[in-house]
Amino acid sequence: MITKLTHVSIYVLDQNSAYDFYINKLGFKVVMDVPLVPANGHRWLTVAPPDHPDFEINLTPITEGMWYSKETAETLRDLVKKGTFGCGVLTCDDIYATYEELKAKGVEFTKPPKKEFYGVEALFKDDSGNWFSLAQLEKG
Amino acid sequence: MASPRPAMTTYAYPKIFLYRRLVQAKLFIDAHYARPIDLDNIADEAYSSKFHFIRQFKSIYRRTPHQYLISVRTEKAKILLKDGMAVSEVCYAVGFESLSSFSGLFKRLYGITPLAYSKQQQHVKAQIKETPLRFIPGCFAHKSGWL
Repeated sequence: MITKLTHVSIYVLDQNSAYDFYINKLGFKVVMDVPLVPANGHRWLTVAPPDHPDFEINLTPITEGMWYSKETAETLRDLVKKGTFGCGVLTCDDIYATYEELKAKGVEFTKPPKKEFYGVEALFKDDSGNWFSLAQLEKG
Repeated sequence: MASPRPAMTTYAYPKIFLYRRLVQAKLFIDAHYARPIDLDNIADEAYSSKFHFIRQFKSIYRRTPHQYLISVRTEKAKILLKDGMAVSEVCYAVGFESLSSFSGLFKRLYGITPLAYSKQQQHVKAQIKETPLRFIPGCFAHKSGWL
């Protein structure tokens, strides 16, 4: 019986930049930061939302030669940049405060907070181009 | 003939200015936590009523401005301890003025003294350096051809 989802991978264009975005802008916490073997400048880097430390997001670099051919890596990079991938819903206590804070930190929103049938929702992109829903869900 | 109404280009929502003031107060704490921060001054700049400011801040961030400042300082302390900075240096670097109050507060919040936390983190770092594959899931390592 499957019980939980504990890890997901998000493709990022640059791990250092993604680290800055997820930690310093979104306020996530680093869970694991381990240099890869052999050391190729990349690392096993997982981060988690502050209130959800056991849900790790693996910020995966699109590394040519490691998992992908040159052609596949280029295609994947292009798709990420174009905002092809929606990565999930992040929830917050107060969407207007979170929206104002992230905007002040330079996060790009593609949709400002808007009332939906499940709460209030905005959309933003990470530094690679992946998009997320930011939501304040209705209680109950 | 009346000129056409200009398109609304600025996004607005109820209490927008209130939100912006509260977020600025939070970001001020984030940026200046290492210095002595007079929270009364922040309240004065944001509101006419300190009580109202504290209440509004808490309604958004679940903590009073003072509690939030303490949490920023102790979280930064954890990062510096992990980086290997000495406990006494960390204490002052994050804005505490007394080593004993810093250590006591840290222990109360995290259940471990700053010194013990530092040793624990240095031990983990040494292990990661020595045997990194023990810290990388097998599925990822296998797909990467490391196993």
